[in-house]
Amino acid sequence: MKTGIIKRILIFLLLTALYVPGFGQEDHGAAAPTEGKESRKEFNASEFILDHVTDSHEWHILTTTKGKSVAIYLPVILYSKEKGLDLFSSRKLAHGHVYKGYKIEEEGDLKGKIVNIDETGKIAEGRRPLDFSITKTVLAMLCAAIIGLWIVLSLARSYKKTGISHPKGIQSFLEPVVLFIRDDVAIPNIGEHKYEKYMPYLLSVFFFILLNNIMGLIPFPPPFGGNVTGNVGITFVLALCTFLITQFSGNKAYWKHVFAAPGVPVWLLPIMIPVELIGLISKPFALMIRLFANITAGHIIVLSLICLIFIFNTVWVAPVSILFVVFMDCIELLVAFLQAYIFTLLSSLFIGMATAEEHH
Amino acid sequence: MIFLSNSLTSPGIGVVIWAVLIFGIFFLVLAKFGWKPILSAVKARDEMIKGSLASAAKAREEMQKLQSDNEAILRKAREEREVILKEAREVRDKLIAEAKGKATEEAEKIVEKAKAGIEKEKSKALSEIHDQVTTLAIDIASKLLGEKLSKTEEQEKLISKYLKDIDLN
Repeated sequence: MKTGIIKRILIFLLLTALYVPGFGQEDHGAAAPTEGKESRKEFNASEFILDHVTDSHEWHILTTTKGKSVAIYLPVILYSKEKGLDLFSSRKLAHGHVYKGYKIEEEGDLKGKIVNIDETGKIAEGRRPLDFSITKTVLAMLCAAIIGLWIVLSLARSYKKTGISHPKGIQSFLEPVVLFIRDDVAIPNIGEHKYEKYMPYLLSVFFFILLNNIMGLIPFPPPFGGNVTGNVGITFVLALCTFLITQFSGNKAYWKHVFAAPGVPVWLLPIMIPVELIGLISKPFALMIRLFANITAGHIIVLSLICLIFIFNTVWVAPVSILFVVFMDCIELLVAFLQAYIFTLLSSLFIGMATAEEHH
Repeated sequence: MIFLSNSLTSPGIGVVIWAVLIFGIFFLVLAKFGWKPILSAVKARDEMIKGSLASAAKAREEMQKLQSDNEAILRKAREEREVILKEAREVRDKLIAEAKGKATEEAEKIVEKAKAGIEKEKSKALSEIHDQVTTLAIDIASKLLGEKLSKTEEQEKLISKYLKDIDLN
């Protein structure tokens, strides 16, 4: 019993650091004791970690010793042909409840997804509803975007004020970053004459990724601690932007290189063209996977180190865990900057390759 | 294999749509109201710095040119001064020499003239003295001799002859 309390306290301390009472509290009555017993019996580290790095319809903060779950319940937006558009709080679906024939699946491949439930209580056949919910990831991303907008717009405002005099205040922090992106990323890769057109995209993507990376590292409170850039859907969108910009800015020489690579015999073209086309896709695909894998891996390592305490089931592992977590967080901070930089650098490299003049 | 788990690698369509929407708005707003003024301000500053540096370099160059010009002018002036001084010295020497020659000549002339004048005056004075002495001698002789010797022409001739013999010269 005592270890159980200590365990709760540690979850409480390590994952949240702060207790916000009465926020979305819910008593689940009978379900609570069994849930408590189960977690005391066996701690499933992989499930615990996966729950934290994947998307969710609620922002879980903590579960108290009495089995009360403290969470932010996010809005669920669903669309299906049969039932039309539905909007309700995810509180209605919490802990496996069924609402309006919808349920959040708790097991198997569809874990965490909303499914249709038929009259018998089984998962209905056919298509799942389209889920446009404001999930944890979406909320974290939205907040990061708002913070980013606020920072950059106030920076722009301060430029209007100071004009061309030396940088002051917020400018002295952000201007070196902006100049770094311009002078060391855009100009060397895209070229002196064409880089200006792509600067807004490169800067936006850099700050968007950086902000989401850093906000993901801060464990508490929401909207910090989400896993936005470790969500493959978001890295997909970012990589898709780079892909589209690259293709649309591709010049004659670029397309010639794809469809009739200079110096390649004609009979080889049927092989070379598919290879080149795969190359077009694989570049942004690598961008997508690199960012997703790096950030998710970082989160998994930090969570694994915390899980050590519960796997060994002793408080004496905590100092070691904390030490390693702090160490990992330092590395992750570096990775946050590095991945944002790499994404931006490679994007500008691809754009530069597509806009380069013919040298052959 | 938790890393290949479905929930991790298959995001919902919702997340993708929201990401497009949020990142799209983020990008569009910043492109128009954020990066544009920032980049143009930074660029303007860069250009100003570049321009000021260039003009400073130009000014320095001009100053150097002016300095070297000044030096050249100074050197030239000094040379000219030397030449002028040399010329002046030459002229002065020549003038002095000329003047000296002329003065000597003049002095010689004057001396000669004076000498001639003196000679003339002397002979004039002598002849006058001669005359006066003659008259005086006659007077004295006549006084001495009294009336013995009459003023005859013969006697006057004789006295003149004697006086000539005892030329004062």
